[in-house]
Amino acid sequence: MKFTMKVVAVAALCAASGLALAQKGETVRIAFMDPLSGPFANVGQNQLKSWQFVADRFSGKNAAGVKYEVVGFDNKGTPEGSLNTLKAAIDQGFRYVTQGNGSGAAWALLDAINKYNDRNPGKEIVYLNYAAVDPAMTNAPEKEGAPGCSFWQFRLDADTSMKMEALTSFMKDQASVKKVYIIGQNYSHGQQVSKYFKDAIKRKRPDIQIVGDDLHPIGQVKDFAPYVAKIKASGADAVLTGNWGQDLTLLVKAMNDAGLKVPMYTYYAGVTGTPTALAAGGESQVYVVAYGHANHTGELGQIGADFHKKFNDDYYTYATYNGINLMSAAIAKAKSTDPVKVAHAMEGLQVKSFAGDVTMRASDHQLQQTMFITKWQKAKPGEYKVENTDFTFVPVKQMDPYVSSTPTSCQMKRPAG
Amino acid sequence: MEFFTISLLNGISYGLLLFMLSSGLTLIFSMMGVLNFAHASFYMLGAYFAYTTTQWFGYWPALVIAPLLVAGLGALFEKYALRRVHKYGHVAELLLTFGLSFIILEMVQLVWGTSSVDYRVPAALSGPLFTLYGTQFPMYRGFMMLVALLMLLAMWLLLTRTRIGLVIQAALTHPDTVEALGHNVPRVFMLVFGGGCALAALAGVIGGNAFVTEPGMAATVGSVIFVVVVVGGMGSLAGAFVASLAIGVIQTFAVGIDRSLLDAAQVVGLAITPETFGYALWKLKISQVAPILPYVFLVLILIFRPKGLLGTREG
Repeated sequence: MKFTMKVVAVAALCAASGLALAQKGETVRIAFMDPLSGPFANVGQNQLKSWQFVADRFSGKNAAGVKYEVVGFDNKGTPEGSLNTLKAAIDQGFRYVTQGNGSGAAWALLDAINKYNDRNPGKEIVYLNYAAVDPAMTNAPEKEGAPGCSFWQFRLDADTSMKMEALTSFMKDQASVKKVYIIGQNYSHGQQVSKYFKDAIKRKRPDIQIVGDDLHPIGQVKDFAPYVAKIKASGADAVLTGNWGQDLTLLVKAMNDAGLKVPMYTYYAGVTGTPTALAAGGESQVYVVAYGHANHTGELGQIGADFHKKFNDDYYTYATYNGINLMSAAIAKAKSTDPVKVAHAMEGLQVKSFAGDVTMRASDHQLQQTMFITKWQKAKPGEYKVENTDFTFVPVKQMDPYVSSTPTSCQMKRPAG
Repeated sequence: MEFFTISLLNGISYGLLLFMLSSGLTLIFSMMGVLNFAHASFYMLGAYFAYTTTQWFGYWPALVIAPLLVAGLGALFEKYALRRVHKYGHVAELLLTFGLSFIILEMVQLVWGTSSVDYRVPAALSGPLFTLYGTQFPMYRGFMMLVALLMLLAMWLLLTRTRIGLVIQAALTHPDTVEALGHNVPRVFMLVFGGGCALAALAGVIGGNAFVTEPGMAATVGSVIFVVVVVGGMGSLAGAFVASLAIGVIQTFAVGIDRSLLDAAQVVGLAITPETFGYALWKLKISQVAPILPYVFLVLILIFRPKGLLGTREG
């Protein structure tokens, strides 16, 4: 009797929800691959915690009713390392992979996943790219041997060209900026920041002079004082950098040491270690372009606060929030956790984010989203204190998705399904 | 002029830090003939020990305690491990220290985690020392230079003006005679090895907060200190000093030179276009290769003057 009651109740619930949630209760396992050791370990560690934290939070409490499990793999930030960790993840049965630090590693991963999926139909892997921002990854057509934009990749961050559109839209209104010094890490990302800045600023503020354009080996420079001396000598009134991790922390330290106080326009000043270095230099003008900021209210603000309480660390990889939400919506739409079906469902999908709606553009799998320019300043009461300093990043400009939307030349091959 | 002066100062201070790092390595090599692969790991241990000691006792005690702790560990390692494999020759010693560097790295990650630690310059030493043409020269860099020079002086006095220094020098070439005179040669070697490790640790205490204290720090400086030792001349303390300063200064100035082979080719009238073979190499600016210049020296020195600038040993 009791048993029948239960069956009836469950049937009634299913009928009421209108869906027979075939995937409900399943566990979606995501393999996270980023440097968990070496010079950029602090960034990778934080991001792994962010993925796991958000995954735990939404496990079972999402549209699809699935659970999430995120497991970390140390790719040491290198392409070779990524290939090894991918192999390990495949051996352990993972079907979803996420990675973000370093476009070099991202390209290697994408290439390997493309090839693996071609050779192993029925065991496909989907790649959630949460931070590698090389525009070519969602643009270049796939050529013989060389990977290009791929059906298997979904990018949650905004690519360099999008961030640069937003950043230059802000900079064009800064009358005091007349001489800009560009400094970056010598690999695809640093080179692209330089290239896209020059392109965009020529269109928007042709009077701005570029007084320096430096590239240094990534993760190799211990002493940035010589670079700072050079910036000073160039007479620059603003510095633009795409540096991240230790390369930005040390640059900021060297600028503070030399007492060089010019506005810095950055991509990643909010990333582990850098805010502490910034705070040590006192009040300085630093701007960040990103798809989020430290002072969100609502659900994301709560996640940030809870994350801080648990790890005494900052939650800044907001792409993890969008990533899990997109996955849940796509799994619910596909009624399956099968990567091919989920990938198809994710195309063109729109979900509510912490700043309006975000759309996963079907043509190139680049998330279209709101962009923010934030400014580093003393935290007022109630504002989030970044890295337990007295400072915070406050939004000074918010731009709708269309502002940073850039065209794509991607023509991807889609599998049937 | 401004750029020149500031760069010279930056170069010298960076060079002195390099010297501090490599002096222990070259000392151990000249005294014992052991090329200590784990030297940079002792540098890292120095920084981490200082980080922890600073939290308990403050920075100034840490400046003394951390190198002493590392010296103790180094001495124990010499006594119980290195001495045992000594009879199997230099390859065995090299491999042993190579293995030790991995063990230290793993231990550091287990104890302090894989992320960087918040080890800061003490408040008394932060801020500018003086301002030159509107550019500040940080006090901590001055402190780094001072410690390196004091260290050089102390080491020179110890080796040339004291009894123990004479014994060390004599034990280097005539260990049997020294032993026959009643000196404990193995203990002298243990002291030298421990002392060399302490010097690396001191550099770690000073460099750890000036830069970043994290598990990758040993790997990043490890290669550079070998360059210093080889360029200066295997086992020559004076050579290491000259080489460190030269590398520091040249690297710093190279950052300021935005010239490439492309410019040079244009001067002599060669037309190089993006279609030219190897264009990526032609357009590489000197400033871009500055951080890898030390390794270029390493190769050149090994080809043209294998004993190094001031070295006395062949190869």
